[in-house]
Amino acid sequence: MTGALETALRGGRGAGRKLLVPYVTGGLDGAWLDVVRAVADAGADAVEIGIPFSDPVMDGPVIQLASERALERAATPSSIFTSLREGDIGVPLAVMTYYNICFHMGHERFADSLREAGVAAAILPDLPLEEVGPWAEVADRVGIETVMLAAPTAPDDRLPRVCERARGFVYAVGLLGVTGERDELASSATVIASRLKAVTGKPVLVGVGISTPRQAVEACEVADGVVVGSALVRRLLDGEGPTGAAKLVESFRSALDAG
Amino acid sequence: MALTDPTPEGRFGDFGGRFIPETLVPACQQLEHAFREAWADRAFRNELDDLLRDYAGRPSPLTECRRLSAELGVRLLLKREDLNHTGSHKINNVLGQALLAKRMRKTRLVAETGAGQHGVATATAAALLGMDCAVYMGEVDMHRQELNVFRMRLLGSEVRSAVTGSRTLKDAINEAMRDWVATVESTHYCLGSVMGPHPYPWMVRTLHEVLGREAREQCAALLAKDGGDGVPDVVTACVGGGSNAIGIFSGFADTRAELVGVEPAGGAAVGRGVPGVVHGSKSYLLQDEWGQVQEAQSISAGLDYPGVGPEHSYLSAIGRARYEAVDDREVIDAFALLSRTEGIIPALEPAHALAWIVRDRASLAGKTVLLNLSGRGDKDVAQMMDLLG
Ligand SMILES: Cc1ncc(COP(=O)(O)O)c(C=O)c1O
Repeated sequence: MTGALETALRGGRGAGRKLLVPYVTGGLDGAWLDVVRAVADAGADAVEIGIPFSDPVMDGPVIQLASERALERAATPSSIFTSLREGDIGVPLAVMTYYNICFHMGHERFADSLREAGVAAAILPDLPLEEVGPWAEVADRVGIETVMLAAPTAPDDRLPRVCERARGFVYAVGLLGVTGERDELASSATVIASRLKAVTGKPVLVGVGISTPRQAVEACEVADGVVVGSALVRRLLDGEGPTGAAKLVESFRSALDAG
Repeated sequence: MALTDPTPEGRFGDFGGRFIPETLVPACQQLEHAFREAWADRAFRNELDDLLRDYAGRPSPLTECRRLSAELGVRLLLKREDLNHTGSHKINNVLGQALLAKRMRKTRLVAETGAGQHGVATATAAALLGMDCAVYMGEVDMHRQELNVFRMRLLGSEVRSAVTGSRTLKDAINEAMRDWVATVESTHYCLGSVMGPHPYPWMVRTLHEVLGREAREQCAALLAKDGGDGVPDVVTACVGGGSNAIGIFSGFADTRAELVGVEPAGGAAVGRGVPGVVHGSKSYLLQDEWGQVQEAQSISAGLDYPGVGPEHSYLSAIGRARYEAVDDREVIDAFALLSRTEGIIPALEPAHALAWIVRDRASLAGKTVLLNLSGRGDKDVAQMMDLLG
């Protein structure tokens, strides 16, 4: 069974579009849900919602700071789910958080909460292939898509297994490092994307280090799309709000559409 | 075999595992493979044993405390890891990992540190073996352990401050992991305790088993004179991540000795935590109702950590070891007590284990208790001077 996220992404790709998935930290400020709506309206194919965690080891300074701010504002998984349920966002949603949030709540309850909130998928960057089984079984049953990450360090024989387990899309980690903006697109980004494209028909999106529309276009010479995190969150931290977020996403959208 | 080995997935019962970013999975697999191979290689073991003897000063002695034993009514033995080069047990683990890193052709070490003892040990090994080294330390700890910051710099290492969260050990580990995600091709993460993703909890334990083995033989020699079975009634150690405790427990797990780990009241992961996943493994963890990791609170930078190594969670769950908690006040008293009665200034960390003995001396009366004195107090003297005047 193909879920809502994968269906939407395959549909976009089928229509000849490059896919764009912006990341927004849930609970960051009073306007975060408006930001999610604004980026959806500005041409996002799906939106990634960060549930802040106290110890985000895959995140660089920008998303760390956003997570800290959200936690200071007493954002919780449940407050974020409640907002999303009432949010009426026009595109599929994926939450991105760390495994302890899911483990602590319990796999069943976490999966049910996502479904009730209208979330299609979950991304858990500290839950690799060897550990994902118990969660993924529950998620499959409840109908939550588990996006898997694939890193440049993976040997060839690992990639097909990662892709096999992935639902929604395959998240190609563009570089060796944590989230954050970079001046140039790492050469590893297109390398990992083409290694993945060679072994899977699922959508392959490059994330981590995609900072500018130009870099997105470059990555999409091989990949099906990109995830844009820190570049957007930095603007939110600077107070640019829904308008600034929409402007940034539009600039990515038009660059990708122009090719 | 005294303690059990983890499953191929790195599990001790329900605990342990490898909960890490995908980028690091191949590195952990390679590390496990390389360690198994090195450990089976006589030449590697000889090289490590030579370093432990000629450089670190092993074996460390066993000291019987005559005056303090009389005062407490408990026969107290100390395993003197404080006398090792660099002043704590940490050097056992670090020399092993640094040699392994060289063997794996890594050129750089990265480490986290709380009290600075693991950082100093790692900086020392890097200097000895000619490797680059960066040590992450919480900003709060850099202030309370200033001397160790200077030591690390003197040894040629870079010390980088962790300025997020509680700015202590937990955050230093986050930063070290972020560094490793970006540098994994050239860098070995020299983790300082029996925590983190598999194979670390098992590998670090294996590297500290030397102190448990020595203590077992030393106790046998000393206690045999009394005609008993040569085993102390109780074996105790402080528990932060739990490396010094697992080292001493490993020597006695297959005996009748009672094993007691002592945590700080403000960081009692086994005592007050529930199972959770952070820093690569599943273990007892202090967390809020949503699974956010809570900040620990302890006078001792080396124990100021909300989690604990997975094997301790397992030993607690199966009832082979038990875990007690002591508060800062009791620790300060124990610190002063050992100094005054035995002429040994302990680190604040092992002073926790002594504080428990002092508190429970009535129930321990007449028993023989072995305490792992994991480090010396030089690093804590300035902090204690401010407190005690
Ligand atoms: C002397 C000493 N003992 C104990 C510890 C705590 O570590 P572990 O619980 O791994 O032995 C430290 C850590 O800094 C230390 O310096």
